[in-house]
Amino acid sequence: MDRLLEILSDLHPEIDFEECTTLIDDGILDSFDIVSLISEINEEYDVVISAEYIVPENFNSAEALYALIEKLEEE
Amino acid sequence: MQNHVLDYLDDIVKKCPDKLAFANEKEGLTFKEVYEQTRSIGTYLHKQGIYKEPVIVFMNKHPKTITAFFGVIEGGCFYVPIDEQMPVARINLILDNVKPRLMICDEKTVKRAAEFETQAKAVLYEDIAHLQADDEALREIRDKAIDTDPIYIVFTSGSTGVPKGVAACHRSVLDYIEQLCDVLKFNENTVFGNQTPLYFDACLKELYPTLKFGATTYLIPKGLFMMPLKLVEFLNEKKINTVCWVVSALTMISSLNTFEKVVPQYLHTIAFGSEVFPIKQFNLWKTTLPEADFVNLYGPTEGTGMCCYYRAERLFEEGESIPIGRPFKNTEILLLDENNRLADTGELCIRGTSVTLGYYNNPEKTKEAYVQNPLNTAYPEIIYRTGDIATRNEAGELLFVSRKDYQIKHMGHRIELGEIEANVNALTGIKTCACVYSKTDEKIVLYYVGDKDKATLIKDLRDKLPRYMLPNDMECLDAMLYTPNGKIDRKALLARYEEMKQTC
Repeated sequence: MDRLLEILSDLHPEIDFEECTTLIDDGILDSFDIVSLISEINEEYDVVISAEYIVPENFNSAEALYALIEKLEEE
Repeated sequence: MQNHVLDYLDDIVKKCPDKLAFANEKEGLTFKEVYEQTRSIGTYLHKQGIYKEPVIVFMNKHPKTITAFFGVIEGGCFYVPIDEQMPVARINLILDNVKPRLMICDEKTVKRAAEFETQAKAVLYEDIAHLQADDEALREIRDKAIDTDPIYIVFTSGSTGVPKGVAACHRSVLDYIEQLCDVLKFNENTVFGNQTPLYFDACLKELYPTLKFGATTYLIPKGLFMMPLKLVEFLNEKKINTVCWVVSALTMISSLNTFEKVVPQYLHTIAFGSEVFPIKQFNLWKTTLPEADFVNLYGPTEGTGMCCYYRAERLFEEGESIPIGRPFKNTEILLLDENNRLADTGELCIRGTSVTLGYYNNPEKTKEAYVQNPLNTAYPEIIYRTGDIATRNEAGELLFVSRKDYQIKHMGHRIELGEIEANVNALTGIKTCACVYSKTDEKIVLYYVGDKDKATLIKDLRDKLPRYMLPNDMECLDAMLYTPNGKIDRKALLARYEEMKQTC
């Protein structure tokens, strides 16, 4: 989780990712961020987030995103 | 001869008044509604005595925003679109340049408009779009229209920190639309899926051909460009068959393996541009939709949108780049060397009707880029110097080589790194800074010296710059890197970034 928070705050140092749960709904992450995130998560955790998982629910908070990574790691 | 862009609308409303013209995911306007609301707004401007002057359109992306543009033209004025997400500081710079008397808003933007430093009166679209048209006044305005009168000003990044407003007239837009429609074979069955913002010239590709043919344009919700599966499902649901998108919107779909799950069913024309298309991603698109036409478009805002095209009819090898091709009919491309002579490789300069009027209220900047054709000393003839270096291949097709300056293309946006630097340097606590662009990572990287943490810096910068201009990565340095002759060493900064990337 710490590593994910690091990746996220590299993208947006001004956001408190432990608290924020509206990353997509409030437009904090844009499509550029999503694409960079997916590639960095792929490098860091060796999981591929495919198109069907790219929905607001999975990207609105660091927690939700981490849950997705854990789920994909198990598969 | 047609000399007015709204002649398209007057003709089409007779042919298919009840057809859907512009729509979003929820609602839309028919040609008849567009026509009536356009004339209502034109009438309102006339009654206010607003004529031959800029009118701000400050609205969220919506079919009504497009009708507001047309309404401004109907009134004999030119529209200046402003993005609702743009920081107030930047909007104030634009308002100071344009000095408008009227601003058309929607219910959401009208509140923000109150914060602006301007004398302009803010009116609600809904209050001016349903009036009885004054046919006689509108006919008189139309009769007096000249095709070299401006119809819009759109603002583009300026290297000194102040955005530049490019003004374009009926004639150059008509020329562009006619050539573009020929090249991309639009017709009455075209269903556009618009991606580009309405505050740039890029949306001309959908707006005016929709009027010309009685086609339909869907404004795709911005949020879908983060959700590839839903985006393709939207294309299929609306039976969208034509897209003119920036490359990054297309690669977002292909790079996330969306095609394994869903494929665009109706799409037969894909125009792209503004950036280099990564070959792997292009080939993915091309193999997924082998029957579709793929066309690379090239052109600066100053050349009224696009001025060159290339039909990408084959797969490409890694390391190849997709040419920018040949100029549209009625446009000539000159490649000029440092001595202003024709060269095999040189600065790409545009000659023809498509050259826009210049930068609004900015004669100095206009003089630098809109220049007398150096090959013609016999009579006045303006060409536009793009600052792009290009070359020709054996087939005579143009290829983009590089930029002469620090202008970059990032996520389809044209950005002067100098504009970012000027705004960073103006922040308290900053001693000096420099921006570089990593093409491999597609990231704007900021290096700065000063007493300021990254989070505060980015927060402060948000009040000055649009989001797409914010640095994607930054580092605080103890001292700036300089070349032996005292200039900021951008090559060394970029090397530092690439090295850092490899080690982490």
